[in-house]
Amino acid sequence: MSEPLFEVTDLQVSFRGRSGPVNAVNGLSYTVMPGQVLGVVGESGSGKSVSSMGLLGLIRDRGATVTGSARFQGRELIGMPDRELRSVRGREIAMVFQDPMTSLTPVYTVGWHIAEQIRAHESISKKAARHRAIELLAEVGIPDPARRVDAYPHEFSGGMRQRAVIAMALACDPALLIADEPTTALDVTTQAQILDLMLRLRETHGSSIMVITHDMGVVSEIADRVLVMYGGRAVEAGTCREVFHTPHHPYTRGLLASVPRIGGEKLHRLPTIPGAPIASSERPTGCAFAPRCAERHDACTMQPLLTGDGHLSACWLTAPEVPA
Amino acid sequence: MLGYTIRRIGAALFVLWAISVLVFLIFFATPGVDPAARIAGRNADPATLEQVRRSFGFDAPITTQYLKMMNHLFLERDLTSFVNRGSRVVPQITDALPATLSLVIGAAVIWMAVGIAMGTAAAAWRGKAADPVITLLGILGVSMPVYWLGEVINLFTQSRMHETVFRWVPPLGYVAPTENPWQWFLHLIFPWLSLAVLYAGIYARLLRGELIGALREDYVRTARAKGISERRILVRHALRCSLIPVVSLFGLDFGALVGGAGLLTEVVFGIPGIGHLTYNALQNLDLPVIMGTVMYAAFFVVLANAAVDLFYARLDPRVRHV
Repeated sequence: MSEPLFEVTDLQVSFRGRSGPVNAVNGLSYTVMPGQVLGVVGESGSGKSVSSMGLLGLIRDRGATVTGSARFQGRELIGMPDRELRSVRGREIAMVFQDPMTSLTPVYTVGWHIAEQIRAHESISKKAARHRAIELLAEVGIPDPARRVDAYPHEFSGGMRQRAVIAMALACDPALLIADEPTTALDVTTQAQILDLMLRLRETHGSSIMVITHDMGVVSEIADRVLVMYGGRAVEAGTCREVFHTPHHPYTRGLLASVPRIGGEKLHRLPTIPGAPIASSERPTGCAFAPRCAERHDACTMQPLLTGDGHLSACWLTAPEVPA
Repeated sequence: MLGYTIRRIGAALFVLWAISVLVFLIFFATPGVDPAARIAGRNADPATLEQVRRSFGFDAPITTQYLKMMNHLFLERDLTSFVNRGSRVVPQITDALPATLSLVIGAAVIWMAVGIAMGTAAAAWRGKAADPVITLLGILGVSMPVYWLGEVINLFTQSRMHETVFRWVPPLGYVAPTENPWQWFLHLIFPWLSLAVLYAGIYARLLRGELIGALREDYVRTARAKGISERRILVRHALRCSLIPVVSLFGLDFGALVGGAGLLTEVVFGIPGIGHLTYNALQNLDLPVIMGTVMYAAFFVVLANAAVDLFYARLDPRVRHV
């Protein structure tokens, strides 16, 4: 097996809260292999966005602390001075965010944005950067790119804008693309196009992709490996096939059960997971999912570890040793 | 675009007309107001009053009086003062314009530079000690009225410390730049500063608020993810977007000031500008001059509004194609 591209170990992200620190991410570990697509799934508040933003120093809150280890191509990102981290952001690790409507500065043209991305990391002329921008726009499937390069973000539709954002993210051929809810703000047909585009670009640009989403459909379509998060921790991890066909954790089973199936039994109501996601300040000491879990038992007052061989899960039901 | 421009000009003309009617009615047709009585002086006998009324045309119907005055002001441009008969209103205004423009443009350069620098610094250092200090300085500037600040400055530069530190300060007044540019500069430096202090404070506060909002926007997060420097994020992304409301406010303030809103500064520093002219006319209740200066001021405010609308489209591409 080759070296992992990106290896996160025991990541903790905490914010200063009204009553002491609040842990948004609590001991998260995962790896991304070169060329792999990792899907990170979880409800809102499960810590999936915060974990990736924390790694890249994008959390500007003074009360936030990020600890743990994140090795990217042999370099440690956590604790790296901001100047050095800046050379990683955009160049080695690029990000695409949820809402393409607001993620581009409204007063500049699409071409300007892409050129800024290129010129931030490479010393090339404005003209050459513009030329590259046109090529990139053509590559992400924007019609008439030589003219559209001078259009403003508001002149693009949502899907086109997300294509432009992806073109910008891929401008420096990053080794890792982190896409945070890249399709959530788009309609369904556009979603599929954007996912196809990302998979195609993975081939041409040789990037690994980390997709953060709450949408199981997106994950099943695009991911090689899946990481399920709940309450700031990973509760299950495995290949896409393993997680979707033999889910181990009750939370994953709940998520999958709440997806309607074509050709399945006609349901009066979709099954749901009872309760609501817990606030990170109110987590119990044991398993965070226990208050909503139908299969909880005495052992659940203790925190289960993420264990298993390849297909991991953090649940006492699947743990090799259950505490007495 | 053409239709829009025509509509815009039509609206502007309507506003100017409405202002002229309003001002005319306030001074000529408010119950209890009798311009003839003011001109004739206190305790004038009825015969004198009647004579004044006839010679100034106050016996004609109000609409005739209005049309006559507008005709003299805009078409013939020979409207004369009631107080100094024979002195024409329009040349008085055009003569006063260079002094006002000198004062306002100079002050505007200072307050925009200082206001933008202070607002940006306060937003960039938000949460650190410098931010409340800058904010406090801004409030201090806003809280000092020009007539007070100007008088204090005059007290020190013209009298108390004139023999020592401020020996170089010329007496109050105005020198045309065509006559002596250096003296022009020296005469205006304190008027500029005292007018700019007020506006710099307002603009710094406005810009700080806008910038702090902009720094929370998604596009700033995207810019940060691109790996560009914090300074570039602040200036090219956040500041560029925050300047849009600042520039539109600037247009309105600038128009009002050229229109004579710098009256207090002009009076305190003895600058013979439009504000000073208005002030004297109000003191003597010289109705034609008041009419002339008010119409002139309204014209500049309306012009500034239109200029802001057009310039706004240059600043914000989102409003260009509507």
